[in-house]
Amino acid sequence: MELNAVTVGFFVFTILTLGGGIGVVTTRNLFQGTIWLMVSLFGVAGYFVLLSAPFLAAVQVLVYIGAIAILITFAVMLTRSVTRINERYIRTIPSFVASLALFLVLLFGITVPIFGDYPSEMAPTVVMTTRDLGVALVEGNGYVAPFLLASVLLTAAMIGAIFIARDEES
Amino acid sequence: MVPLWMYLTVAAALFCIGVFGVLSRRNAVAILMGVELMLNAVNINLVAFWRYSETGTSLLLNGYAFTAFVLIIAAAEAAVGLAIIITVYRNRRSVIPEEADTLKG
Repeated sequence: MELNAVTVGFFVFTILTLGGGIGVVTTRNLFQGTIWLMVSLFGVAGYFVLLSAPFLAAVQVLVYIGAIAILITFAVMLTRSVTRINERYIRTIPSFVASLALFLVLLFGITVPIFGDYPSEMAPTVVMTTRDLGVALVEGNGYVAPFLLASVLLTAAMIGAIFIARDEES
Repeated sequence: MVPLWMYLTVAAALFCIGVFGVLSRRNAVAILMGVELMLNAVNINLVAFWRYSETGTSLLLNGYAFTAFVLIIAAAEAAVGLAIIITVYRNRRSVIPEEADTLKG
């Protein structure tokens, strides 16, 4: 594997993603955990750029870092009690063993070609643009049914979230 | 060029970090953060498989569109989950799932 911009970017984004993820699960302060979550999600957006999906990278930054991380910050602030700023852990050793075992099983499945060989090279060129995605989302033989279902789901989730979180007295 | 298995390995590692967070945390918000990490690992896998398969050259957009839908589901899940957490906190003054045991027999 030669050293070029793509491989250097891959390792930088790996450090961001996995370092941020480890930061999320190890820090006891939930505010710092939210910041680490943003770092990790930003690394994932970088992967999308490397995989020639720039639209998904933009959506990742907008939706995850811009909306979900802010939402989690608000939830941390709204539910923080004075005595429990720093949260404890439960079942640390069994959880670690279980997730490590899961990782080893997944690594076995990835490295041993049980399901046939992987394509070693990227597909040479991508002619897909964001315009094609937009057309495919509303085309009859494309993804129009899941697109409409997702729209209904998002609307229902938004109304449901407002209804659940509403204060009863007001 | 980065081979496909490296993307898959990173996604598997991120997924397992999320699993550890979900299993070992007591705070419900922290559990939701672990779930978000797991969803992102799935997204990396979907986009990587799409890019490395033959369909990456054509207009077949399965992996790409699936990732967009996973993003939508993640947004809905985060909104409803955090609303439930805030309501449980308002009623029980606690964000620890073990303490919300009203339905326990």
